[in-house]
Amino acid sequence: MSSGPVAELRELYGDYRLDHAYDEMREPSGEVREAYRALADTLARLPQEELQRRKQSAELAFLTQGITFTVYGRDEGTEKIFPYDLLPRLITSHDWEQVERGLTQRITALNLFLRDVYSEAKILNDQIVPRELVYSCKHYRRQMRGLQVPRNVYISVVGSDLLRLNNGEFVVLEDNLRVPSGVSYMLTNRRVMKRTFPQLFHSYGVRPIEHYPQLLLSTLRSLAPEGRPEPNIVLLTPGVFNSAYFEHTYLARQMGIDLVEGRDLVTHDNIVYMRTTDGLKRVDVIYRRVDDDFSDPLIFRSDSILGCSGLFNAYRAGNVTVTNAFGTGLADDKALYAYVPRIIRYYLDEDPIINNVETFLLNEDKERQHVLANLDKLVIKAVGESGGYGMLIGPHSTAKQREEFTARIEANPRNYIAQPTLDFSRAPCLIGDRLEPRHVDLRPYILYGDKINIVPGGLTRVALEKGSLVVNSSQGGGSKDTWVLE
Amino acid sequence: MLSRVADSLYWMSRYLERGENTVRQLDVAMSLMLDSGGASAETHWNRLFAALGKPAGLEWNGDAASNAQKLVFDKHHPASVSCCIDAARENARQIREEISTEQWQRLNRLYHQMHSPNTENQFRSNVNDALGSIIDAIHLFKGVSDTTMIHGQGWHFIRLGRYLERAYAIATLLEVYQPHLFHAPEREISGYQYLELVGLLRCCTAFEAYCQVYTADLSPDRILEFLLLNRDFPHAIRYSVDGVRQAIQSIQHTGGRRPPDELTASIGRLHAMLSFTSINEILNGDAAAFLHKIRQQCMSIHDLMYRYYIQYSIQSALTI
Repeated sequence: MSSGPVAELRELYGDYRLDHAYDEMREPSGEVREAYRALADTLARLPQEELQRRKQSAELAFLTQGITFTVYGRDEGTEKIFPYDLLPRLITSHDWEQVERGLTQRITALNLFLRDVYSEAKILNDQIVPRELVYSCKHYRRQMRGLQVPRNVYISVVGSDLLRLNNGEFVVLEDNLRVPSGVSYMLTNRRVMKRTFPQLFHSYGVRPIEHYPQLLLSTLRSLAPEGRPEPNIVLLTPGVFNSAYFEHTYLARQMGIDLVEGRDLVTHDNIVYMRTTDGLKRVDVIYRRVDDDFSDPLIFRSDSILGCSGLFNAYRAGNVTVTNAFGTGLADDKALYAYVPRIIRYYLDEDPIINNVETFLLNEDKERQHVLANLDKLVIKAVGESGGYGMLIGPHSTAKQREEFTARIEANPRNYIAQPTLDFSRAPCLIGDRLEPRHVDLRPYILYGDKINIVPGGLTRVALEKGSLVVNSSQGGGSKDTWVLE
Repeated sequence: MLSRVADSLYWMSRYLERGENTVRQLDVAMSLMLDSGGASAETHWNRLFAALGKPAGLEWNGDAASNAQKLVFDKHHPASVSCCIDAARENARQIREEISTEQWQRLNRLYHQMHSPNTENQFRSNVNDALGSIIDAIHLFKGVSDTTMIHGQGWHFIRLGRYLERAYAIATLLEVYQPHLFHAPEREISGYQYLELVGLLRCCTAFEAYCQVYTADLSPDRILEFLLLNRDFPHAIRYSVDGVRQAIQSIQHTGGRRPPDELTASIGRLHAMLSFTSINEILNGDAAAFLHKIRQQCMSIHDLMYRYYIQYSIQSALTI
């Protein structure tokens, strides 16, 4: 590389400071990492106007395609485009191989754990995981006890959140085992990216992800009830007001299956049917994007109209497969999270390939005392909350907030966990007309049918606010395309 | 196909047809009002509202510009063009996976166009251009629907919605015009009357087509004949009813169930009324009642179609 482009790249840097957090593009010395050199080169060579033009055309593509998510609680303009950053995030094949093996191991173990807890509960009898932690979890479903699920697969669609620490190592922040979303953004980001940087994309040799819908479909088909060789597979959505509705329609369309709402379904004699213009048609597999609580008013919340009455009994009778299974939220409970390394060792007799973030459990006396003494350095999370709510971020908290949380923790230690404040990695983003680093995470999507499949890549979420650590789309997060290199 | 999906396709199509009809009638009324010697603005507006089916809450308020603005852009009025397009898009959004990407993008663009301040500004400065561009966008959507969507049951529900709405709207329009124009004594028609007749034809995009069939010699009887009974013109009632009939037949062919006799009979009756009646019989009899009956039949076809395909009871479906 000549010195010209590097100098021009330097001009592109806005407030691009390197500190102890891992920078995806640059070495601590400021040098561009090897994998990123071609990207940096392209950026340096592109005239500023051309870069802005590509950015605008990418944004327009999102708007006209209606790639939006719904923001709750506002009357007009409730649809927003998912913010998008123009620059891809690159992952080397070496790093990816590690992630892939680690996630395969982790999901295998978590699935075995769910199967065990809902049948013989050996892990509880062997006192590896405390019994009360499982039974006090609000996502534990006693209705699932002793129920045989097809192929013993409880979690067929998973999206785990990974972070990269300052030593470059990936760790798991949380496992989403209920209804993980975002995969449509992964797919549409890629489509837009291919149009925006076609030559760069080609020269990098990026591994494809476009076959995800097909893999999902064959995963679902592999879980069909016995004796249904041509299963009728549907995607169950809570409806047009759900924030992920775009994704539901997108996936249904890509798979060529019907998108149904609870009101389209009826059950009769423990068989689920959907209402069609040709009368009732039997349903065999339901890819469920409705939470447990709302799925069947006869079994779960009786005030819900999003689900279908009688669904659970049909499921119990084995006449319909519902996936993910009910009660899988147990295994992504934030308190149980701390036990995942032990769960992996117990079932697989292996050391975890991808580690957890260090987590303190507050119902253990010694750990609680340590945490309460160091509240100003730690992050406290309520186990039942998600999306960045119900948190105390120690270094940014006031004495009063810390006092409040001490009281809350002492009243109900089971409800909280503590983790060190993390300096997770940052990747360059195009902010205005300059490059600036922003914190990113990575959510790969894992499918589990007759075997585990992970498409190379995932959704890289970006905290677009300067200095922010929150990547959730509801709180100012955006996304990037993720390129896993050959 | 899911009943809910069929329902949304049907209404998406009906709402767009309704929006298009409103735009076209408004466009014609606005240009007729330019000729000061004709009827008063109030007469024009009242006739326009009547031809749109007298939507509640819309009445002449003394100011043409604000009336037109309201009819096109009022978000709170369900009969406004903007609301029709919103409703069509909302229906489409609920079945996003059933229509083609091209269809969705066209409709989405139209929706954003209606909500952009530019369109309202353009409307204030040049009504014809603004209305024309809305109609263009709707035409594009229809074209894209025909060329990119699979011509299966869903597409037939779209056609059903379009033609049922159209037949109903033209019948309403003719019913409103009928007492003024068709009872005029036999004499040379005046310049204003001529403009009115052209206006009526243009409401149905029929002026050029009429001239091809009858020459530019406009007579109320022939216009009524053309708009009611022409077999080949897409905005004639007979053609639209043929469209409804074909759509229902195709829905039946693509589905597995035998249609209910009532629905077949109802469409057959309407079809026969238009195929085997001559214009003289209609004019010598009670034309108003004839038009009214067409509207009633349209409503009953809608009800029967709904009862059979969309909102059937589970008991009736299980016994089949």
